[in-house]
Amino acid sequence: MTIEEIIKPENRVYAKPRLLNDNNMHYCPGCSHGVVHRLIAEIVEEMGIEDKTIGIAPVGCAVFAYNYVDIDWIEAAHGRAPAIATAVKRLNPSRMVFTYQGDGDLAAIGTCETIHAANRGENIVIIFINNGIYGMTGGQMAPTTLEGMKTSTTPYGRRIDLNGYPLNITSLVAQLDGTCYVTRQAVHTPAAVRKTKNAIKQAFQNSMDGKGTSLVEIVSTCSSGWKMTPVQANKWMEENMFAKYPLGDIKNTVKQ
Amino acid sequence: MAKVLGAVTVNQERCKGCDLCVVACPTKVLALQPKEVNNKGYHFAYMQNPEACIGCSSCATVCPDGCIEVYRVIVK
Repeated sequence: MTIEEIIKPENRVYAKPRLLNDNNMHYCPGCSHGVVHRLIAEIVEEMGIEDKTIGIAPVGCAVFAYNYVDIDWIEAAHGRAPAIATAVKRLNPSRMVFTYQGDGDLAAIGTCETIHAANRGENIVIIFINNGIYGMTGGQMAPTTLEGMKTSTTPYGRRIDLNGYPLNITSLVAQLDGTCYVTRQAVHTPAAVRKTKNAIKQAFQNSMDGKGTSLVEIVSTCSSGWKMTPVQANKWMEENMFAKYPLGDIKNTVKQ
Repeated sequence: MAKVLGAVTVNQERCKGCDLCVVACPTKVLALQPKEVNNKGYHFAYMQNPEACIGCSSCATVCPDGCIEVYRVIVK
């Protein structure tokens, strides 16, 4: 059988989801944002909630998420996405509302909004992309930057005595009674991507069912900010990031 | 025994040559173009060893830009 005979529409097993449109993404090669965008598009398509989904875009690289995933979006001020999501969900309880935030947005300037939205138990989903760095503005230190990690504002590595400890905000949010599902995933291998897809799907379902706040952290790479190739960045993430941010479910009150 | 034949197509203009699909492929089918580049100047991925493809979708699952389509046929 020749290649031409295999490549026919009836034999297709995987293609770009319909909701991920044809605009070229502005992300750097190998950026984890692209994978997560594709997963969101796939899940919304599979769950058939295209008309009901409202995303809140952050400030950061993912600020242009509305150009790539063909659903309704609102652009929030820096860090305020959970506050806007609260308003949208309360005014339209039948909608599936999620925020999509990076670590600079969620764990630095938006700490207040994140913690209080989760503590109130708003029926929203927070998707948290944690790459330990401010990727968009040139790789500055974020609260989640690891000890000893070199960034453009800590060229000799992050010092605990000067800059404090890395902030594990996902574990912090898991302590709050308002949250129903808190998990940490990654998208560096095919298996991890499938797990992440299931996690986001579960979170979206929780939002539709009104169970409380769900937070899905995705430990990600920033190959440009870390000054590595995408493959090296994935390896570095496995060796260093996973020690501080171990993968797996932290809290799941829905399944019990 | 049934044999699984696979093939992938890469959207060359969308590909950014990040190499993640090449690493994810369990049967070493994919590679980056050694010399040719697309309009953005990236060495895009292509099927270097098409006979080995089993259509497992690993490459498409990790592709950040959604530029890979996977096809699979089971020959009995």
